[in-house]
Amino acid sequence: MPQTNPAIRQISDAIVEVNNLNLFYGDKQALSNISMSFPRNKVTALIGPSGCGKSTLIRCFNRMNDLIETISIKGEIIIDGQNIYDTKMDAIELRRRVGMVFQKWNPFPKSIYENVIYGLRIAGVNNKKILDETVEKSLKRAAIWDEVKDRLHDSAMGLSGGQMQRLCIARAIAVEPEVILMDEPCSALDPRSTAKIEELIRELQGDYTIIIVTHNMQQAARVSDFTAYLYLGELIEYDLTKKVFTTPTQKETEDYITGRFG
Amino acid sequence: MKQFWRRGEPFIWATGLSLSAIICMTVILIAVVVINGMTVFWPYKLVEFTLSGGEKYLGEISRSEKEDGILTKIQLKIGNRDLYSLDFKWFDQGEINSQKYPVKAIALERMEYGNFYGYLQSIKIPGQLSSASSSNYANITSLKKALESLEPLQHKKEALEEDITDINFEVERLHHKLAGLRYKKIPEHDRRIQALLLEEASLQTQFNKIVSKNQAIENQLHQYTAIFRSADNREITIKLHEIVRAYEPNAMSLLEKTGHYFSKIVELFLDDPRESNTEGGLFPAIFGTISLVFLMSLLSFPLGVIAGIYLREYAKEGLLVQTVRIAVNNLAGIPSIVYGIFGLGFFVYGIGGNLDQLFFPERLPTPTFGTGGILWASLTLGLLTVPVVIVATEEALGAITPGIREGSLALGSTKFQTLLRLLLPMASPGILTGFILAMARAAGEVAPLMITGVVKLAPSLPLDGQFPFVHFDRKFMHLGFHIYDIGFQSPNVEAAKPMVYVTTLLLILIVLSMCSVAIHLRNKMRTRYAISDV
Repeated sequence: MPQTNPAIRQISDAIVEVNNLNLFYGDKQALSNISMSFPRNKVTALIGPSGCGKSTLIRCFNRMNDLIETISIKGEIIIDGQNIYDTKMDAIELRRRVGMVFQKWNPFPKSIYENVIYGLRIAGVNNKKILDETVEKSLKRAAIWDEVKDRLHDSAMGLSGGQMQRLCIARAIAVEPEVILMDEPCSALDPRSTAKIEELIRELQGDYTIIIVTHNMQQAARVSDFTAYLYLGELIEYDLTKKVFTTPTQKETEDYITGRFG
Repeated sequence: MKQFWRRGEPFIWATGLSLSAIICMTVILIAVVVINGMTVFWPYKLVEFTLSGGEKYLGEISRSEKEDGILTKIQLKIGNRDLYSLDFKWFDQGEINSQKYPVKAIALERMEYGNFYGYLQSIKIPGQLSSASSSNYANITSLKKALESLEPLQHKKEALEEDITDINFEVERLHHKLAGLRYKKIPEHDRRIQALLLEEASLQTQFNKIVSKNQAIENQLHQYTAIFRSADNREITIKLHEIVRAYEPNAMSLLEKTGHYFSKIVELFLDDPRESNTEGGLFPAIFGTISLVFLMSLLSFPLGVIAGIYLREYAKEGLLVQTVRIAVNNLAGIPSIVYGIFGLGFFVYGIGGNLDQLFFPERLPTPTFGTGGILWASLTLGLLTVPVVIVATEEALGAITPGIREGSLALGSTKFQTLLRLLLPMASPGILTGFILAMARAAGEVAPLMITGVVKLAPSLPLDGQFPFVHFDRKFMHLGFHIYDIGFQSPNVEAAKPMVYVTTLLLILIVLSMCSVAIHLRNKMRTRYAISDV
């Protein structure tokens, strides 16, 4: 009985719309009847205990789940008016529009410069001027420019964990996506680096639609505009973050956010 | 005591012990090869034994036997195979009356009959009769001078012989063309056949001219001789052009000995073998080994890497892929001779035989590709080493964290782009490791070669100045086979023994140097594509 604020269900400027999404790993159902809309240029957090399907859901938005053969998906996800599970949809094209940042930072064993422009290179952009500009813009946007501007051509492997994660964000920004998915981006970082990334997310909000999965409820409260609580593959509650954390309508949500459960 | 077992001390000891046992054996093996191989070319002193019966023998001490620390038996390399018919002789310490190191003792390396040990008597040079008759006292300097004076003649002879080979090659080509025309049932009086016959006739006259020229030079060479005396006072006349090298080891300074040593090493690398491979150089075998490994790599490396990529990246995991994987792993365990037989049946008779039928029917029954050759041998070796490359590629690709793939795909790259831009470069150190193993295995493999094209003595290299320059159909020499051949198939195994050590050392060095190039490349890749785990 997903109890969702009707106002949220019909967000006027929704960029991602999920309609009756059901997802199965083989026979096991991982997501059931998810329907929700994500507002454009806002930060939406997905919270819930481990195994509730947050990561599975977020990975539907850029069809990362395609890599797993046993998965079957029913329902539709509409991004910018296009059902991304439509047979006509090209997953490669989609992933250029929907970027992703992973839990474990994964810079490529290349220079910082090459890491940032990887997405452009594979799209066939080779104009040095454009590449240079993109590197500077993206690194500045990801608040890491000052730390690396003197060693752009050094290996990205020499950076610290937090720097690497911000580099990954810069790499995602470089291809100018509409949506950025973040799958627990801070869970392996120390508090100082976490604070920097959170600050960064707040800054990106307004220009990009960000969907972030997090285990950390304080984090969700700090960075997001909207929060959805998932439990056992179902959407339990979805509303303005402030509302979810102050006056949750559902008992499960209240139990979870007050720490009585989870 | 309980603590002792719980900490696993015995186990730690066992690990250390087994490692040291392995290191010990390897070091001993390498040391034996290196020590024996390095000392072969050193000019040892010549000793003259006078036996109690009065007989005298001159030679190099090659071995000795001790009993309770007392020298009992000594083996001399007495050389002079044409006189004694044996190169080596054992002496009981008791029967040796006296021994000395005569300064004038001379050692000759000859084109035939092995070494000669004895004393120089006189030198006969046409037109210079005086030096021979005036005194019996000819010395090594004059001998060396005489040998030097022969060099221009010998170079001329070599040049002529090269011309003969070239003409032979031309004639053979003409014959092939002729046979081709005749095979097409073109009548004898046809213009083309007549032209070829004419050309052949002109080549024949040219050939005869060169042969007679060569004969003249040879006659001239025969006139240069020297008389030597063996330790037991027998006189022997040796033609100077049959002497490869003359030296007086007992009179040589350390510097001269070192010079001698290095000139022998240069000969080893650059010259052809002599005396059924027990003397001279190893150039054709070195060349054969390297080109074989090179050709093998050209086949097995791309094939193995591509197959490995398919298995790991594209094939759907399932029973079939599992079976293929097991089969590939088992391929590495098949005895190499089986690969040889397969190579003979499939490549040589199958593909080679069909190529002959298709392209060279006029030459049959003389086979062109339907017989062992360097191409078939390297294909066989490629087959033998490809599993190693496949397994290494698969492992290397599998070891890359999934995060890299996901990260790349999430940026909108295709699987192929990910593979090309990230996975292959990152897997390259692992792939190169497999390649190194494959190369080392291929260089040391002998059994499959023996039935797919290796020979004791190849008349020409697989790469030379004759059109089309690369001759994949040719037979070749190989260091590994060389070891087997001179060590176990030679008529004079004792005399060949030093060469076995040298050849082994050389083979090890070649494998080592080829591998170190690959290892260097691998280390470069490793530092370049290292993933740090901060």
